[in-house]
Amino acid sequence: MDDVTFTWNLLADIQQMWALPFMVNAFRAGTMVAVLAAAIGWFMATRGQAFAGHTLALVGFPGAAGAVLLGLPVTAGYFAFCAAAALVIGTVGPGRGRAEESALIGTVQAFALACGFLFIALYHGFLSGTSALLFGSFLGITTEQVRVLAGIAVAVLAVLALLGRRLLFASVDPGVARARGVPVRLMDVAFLLLLAAAVASSALITGALLVFALLVLPAATAQQITARPAIGLALAAVLALVTVWVALTVSFFTPYPLGFWLTSLAFGLYVLAAGSRALAQRLPRRPGRSAGSSPRVRPSSPATGGSIAPGAGS
Amino acid sequence: MSAPRARRGNLAVVPVTTREDYAPPAVDIEGAAVRLGGRTVWSSVTASIRAGEFAAILGPNGSGKSTLVRALLGLQPLAAGRIQVLGRPAGEARAEIGYLPQRRAFDSSLRIRGLDVVRLGVDGHRWGLPMPGRRSRAAAARVAEVIELVGAQGYAHRPIGRLSGGEQQRLLIAQALAPRPRLLLLDEPLDSLDLTNQSAVAGLVAGICRDQGVAVVMVAHDVNPILPYLDQVIYLAEGAAVSGPPAEVITSASLSRLYGTPVEVLSTSDGRLVVVGQPEPPAHHSDRHAGTSAARAAGAHGPH
Repeated sequence: MDDVTFTWNLLADIQQMWALPFMVNAFRAGTMVAVLAAAIGWFMATRGQAFAGHTLALVGFPGAAGAVLLGLPVTAGYFAFCAAAALVIGTVGPGRGRAEESALIGTVQAFALACGFLFIALYHGFLSGTSALLFGSFLGITTEQVRVLAGIAVAVLAVLALLGRRLLFASVDPGVARARGVPVRLMDVAFLLLLAAAVASSALITGALLVFALLVLPAATAQQITARPAIGLALAAVLALVTVWVALTVSFFTPYPLGFWLTSLAFGLYVLAAGSRALAQRLPRRPGRSAGSSPRVRPSSPATGGSIAPGAGS
Repeated sequence: MSAPRARRGNLAVVPVTTREDYAPPAVDIEGAAVRLGGRTVWSSVTASIRAGEFAAILGPNGSGKSTLVRALLGLQPLAAGRIQVLGRPAGEARAEIGYLPQRRAFDSSLRIRGLDVVRLGVDGHRWGLPMPGRRSRAAAARVAEVIELVGAQGYAHRPIGRLSGGEQQRLLIAQALAPRPRLLLLDEPLDSLDLTNQSAVAGLVAGICRDQGVAVVMVAHDVNPILPYLDQVIYLAEGAAVSGPPAEVITSASLSRLYGTPVEVLSTSDGRLVVVGQPEPPAHHSDRHAGTSAARAAGAHGPH
């Protein structure tokens, strides 16, 4: 890649990049992964399941290493291990309380990493590939992988759209959702499987350790900017796309790895959003808004008038 | 406040009955019992609550108040007896019940607006994504309507985790009201609110009950904030229950019979009721207040 040079003629740069088939594949895969990870990541952030997501990401590593050891496609290893771990966490975890559930997730994570080390030890001379599995690479994404990714992205997004409202209801307000007939337990398992698919897809680009660059950061940035679900989801997808496209371009023209650029860009956007929000909160509020939001009790409310137990203070 | 009962024509020989007399009661409990883990939580509970009535489920900690709410939702099978909700077996009427579970505080970092939480009450149980259109506009209009009803216009657009307990509780009541329920089941909505908010929310619920003709069943730890509005009381204790108008149920004689030990109901000069001398709750239940002191046990209706 030392023979490529960045010019300020962006069109020429893109032509230069896309003349190489592996770069075209990288952009295709990156685009799909960005949308997928951002949408699933938004729900993950809302549900507070970052630890489960992190564990599923790490589980992808022994999956990929095991697949290489057995001579199977890396993609298959990622997906099989992630889905299996999601089923374990989703079926054994719930109903045990938060502490025990996170202990279970931690156990799965430790065991998975140990397996990964074992597989590497068994496969001698694998070390150069390990770094790509852990930290990602845009090299060597095959057309076959792009096809698999496209199928998975379409399937996951379709299921997510179908579950949409019910999943949000079960995430935000499980008690009421259950009373309204939403199968909350089933939603939990279904979401973990979707999360596993998103994580495994994302790991192909970002590596197992840097999945959060696309899974957490765009969604977290979007949530800094807006508390509206629809806008937040769309914004997360846009931020992830910008992150991936810019990171791929920059890493193509510089000697530094893709994972670094991806994470730094996503992190920079987050700091920018969180910083502006903190700044906005320090500025004096517009009078109309603060007047409406400050009173906690509205004594003039028509329904509250009348006879309340006298002398309610004690 | 209660619905008119059997109005009889003063001239006609045949009694004139209104349509309401034929309508089944909102809640009809007959000799119901629940067993959990081999222990009878309560048995022979009988009560009938009509549309527009405000009923309270009272009783010491661990007496199975929330279990009764779950039974009304059809989420808790009965060991004996029968529960009809809106004329159907419990569980079949869920779509017409507005439910507010016990003590929900949203995570302070949850970035979902109060508005969105209320909206989930309208169409959160549906498949798919909300698409722009007539149905979506109708849902948004209903959300605005119930938010105004509970007086939450000033803060409904803010992330719900950032709101105070009283503000969250009003939005949750709006959420429960959003699908136009005929029965509101509120599990300790006044818990964790300060006294001013307790009476404000109690008045709000009573107003909704009266003006919208919705039957309300509220689990309460302390009867005093809702006492002026109550039509009915279901008092659970010692695995049994008494029900009826508050003036008949919350008396020394009736509660002594229920507890099987002398219990005194005192009326303070400001009209509050204090129950004295009730025994401690059974030690083996797993309520969140398990192992409370005698003072706490005696104060189920007393001043805190």
